[in-house]
Amino acid sequence: MAANCVRFAASLLGKGVNGASPTNPVTLQLYRQICGTSALRRKNLAAAGPEKFTPEFIQKQIEEFEIGKRHLANMMGEDPENFNQEDIDRSIAYLFPSGLFEKKARPLMKHPDEIFPKQRAVQWGPDGRPFHFLFYTGKQSYYSLMHELYGKVLNIEKHQDRLREKGLFSTETKQISLGTSRWLTKEELEELLVETISTHDYDRFIQLMEHMLSMAYSSLEEEFILRHRQQLEAQTMHQVVPPLQKDDKGVDFSTAEGKRKTSKSSVVVRDCGSGSITINGEDYLHYFPVLQDREQLMFPLQFTGLLGRFDLECTVSGGGRSSQAGALRLAISRALLSFVSEGEGEAMRQAGLLTLDPRVRERKKPGQEGARRKFTWKKR
Amino acid sequence: ACHSEKHVGQFYTLPSAHVRHLFPNGLPWCFQHQTKTFNETCIMVRQPALEVISCLKKADYSQPALRYLFYGLKGSGKTLSLCHTVHFCYTQGWLVLHVPDAHLWVKNCKELLPSSYSSSRFDQPLQATTWLRNFKITNEPFLSKIKTKERYVWTKREATEAGSPLGELVDQGISRVKSSSDVVGAVMKELRLQSSQPGADFRMAVAVDGVNALWGRSTIKRQDKTAVDPEELTLVYNLRKLMKNDWSGGAIITTLSQTGSLYTPKSAYLPQELLGERGFDSVDPFIPVSVPNYSEKEFESCYLYYTDRNWLQHPQSRTEEGKKELIFLSNRNPSMLERLCGFL
Repeated sequence: MAANCVRFAASLLGKGVNGASPTNPVTLQLYRQICGTSALRRKNLAAAGPEKFTPEFIQKQIEEFEIGKRHLANMMGEDPENFNQEDIDRSIAYLFPSGLFEKKARPLMKHPDEIFPKQRAVQWGPDGRPFHFLFYTGKQSYYSLMHELYGKVLNIEKHQDRLREKGLFSTETKQISLGTSRWLTKEELEELLVETISTHDYDRFIQLMEHMLSMAYSSLEEEFILRHRQQLEAQTMHQVVPPLQKDDKGVDFSTAEGKRKTSKSSVVVRDCGSGSITINGEDYLHYFPVLQDREQLMFPLQFTGLLGRFDLECTVSGGGRSSQAGALRLAISRALLSFVSEGEGEAMRQAGLLTLDPRVRERKKPGQEGARRKFTWKKR
Repeated sequence: ACHSEKHVGQFYTLPSAHVRHLFPNGLPWCFQHQTKTFNETCIMVRQPALEVISCLKKADYSQPALRYLFYGLKGSGKTLSLCHTVHFCYTQGWLVLHVPDAHLWVKNCKELLPSSYSSSRFDQPLQATTWLRNFKITNEPFLSKIKTKERYVWTKREATEAGSPLGELVDQGISRVKSSSDVVGAVMKELRLQSSQPGADFRMAVAVDGVNALWGRSTIKRQDKTAVDPEELTLVYNLRKLMKNDWSGGAIITTLSQTGSLYTPKSAYLPQELLGERGFDSVDPFIPVSVPNYSEKEFESCYLYYTDRNWLQHPQSRTEEGKKELIFLSNRNPSMLERLCGFL
């Protein structure tokens, strides 16, 4: 609000300087007036809450975004017509390289619909009368949805009664194929309706939907039901299986890498028939005298049941004893993927053999002794 | 103990009387535990030991003594092969001079006396008396048979006349602790001289475990904290004399050991690395015998032995996969396998 006023004042001033002198005393008067009122308005700003984005404001932002997108495409030397969001992200990362760890703190340029939270347009006309008939309930979209839903339930029941009268009622009708989907969560429903709902309301909504589903002939309202369901992504592997290469002697082998904490490792798994393992040129019995590390190495092979079949040639660097063993384990499991079928690979993923362990040493913070440990608390 | 190539991989039991006589404390620690648990001493017949035994059978004993050296990775069975060979010699009626671990003589010495015989050398009465006691238990029949050739003077009042039985000499050493190291030296000299003679009716086997200790460094320090060279220790000096090839009528069987050795890197297992230059030159014409990890057949037999004795309690260890796991985790190393099965 204050910004608008200042801008307004600046534009007026500009006009005032160029314009004729009789307007001068008026502008000066206005300037003084604005200065006076802004001090009074400052208190109200704090109470008003966050700035409301008017639809005109959002429209203007969208136009500016489009123009900016074209400018950016020109700058990068690319086609302004087919410049999509991925290209924008790429160009921004190139033009403004940032070393910040928090991805949300880096510079970004996105469509205003994604940046500004969705707000509802003004719900009443110039005469003060609200547009929607359920406005005075407070949660108009929620109640309108429930009303619509109940109307559909009654519709289905009427249809069923009609069929019963004719004697054509049957329970074996086309059921809605839900597939692997779930109901919208409370947060998603709130987002859809652009208003807050309590848990109680959400439960009632789900109850009514379930009731509708359980009725026969619910296929009449299939489209409405599916609108409120979310597809579950099948958690399949997004792993890249390393390719199986053939050696000069005709032996199959595959290479893979793995890391854990600060260790990096690379493993070549050969399908020879002996179970010998070499790490950095040394025998693994000497490199890992501790049983625990050797068990870590054994885990992927034992899980797939291919213990004595492969010949492993590994190199590992960095980190300590345990992290090197973990890095090697990941590399071995990844290399084994190419020797093993899809189902076994899925089993390995579920066993956690293919997940990169994200745990890294946490940084020490100032004012504390360690990452979490605080200094000894003294009462006085 | 007439073993041949056919018996490779099979276990044979040592009679307990033999064990008590031969190895009062000559067996490795873990193996002694296993013996107590299973109530019997079983050694596997393996290729390196068989080689040495066959050489011993065919050797010509009028020639200077042959030196055999067992070497191999840590835990691959060198000491047990040595014990097997020593047992063979014992059953053939040889005189056995067994030093269980030469490393014990160059480290952790509690008492160090300046030698009565030569002023530059040092005595170790404790180790000498232990060794003499073991020697007495092992070679009882020979003690009365062999007679000393020279006269040994211990102090102003005590002396051993020429022609007295070896047993008296040994008793002298055990009772008079101060001169025990010199007694050891005297015993070795006597035996060396007597077995070289063509008229001797016994053969001598010198078995030393951890022979690289004789030429390495020692942790023993003098009063003024300067390090003592192993040469300056009477026991080591006399043993080195024995290791030289100038006597005949017997054999020298030794093992290298990295476990007890001082100031050597852990990955060293070849003779050249562990013996050092001096040691290698002194031992030079020797027959090296490498002791590898278990072969497939040997592993099989060891596994069956443990199952037979109900040592592997875990149900999964009886299955095929369990066996594969054991192979993987121990990489067929005997000592590793033993440690693994210990808590299964």
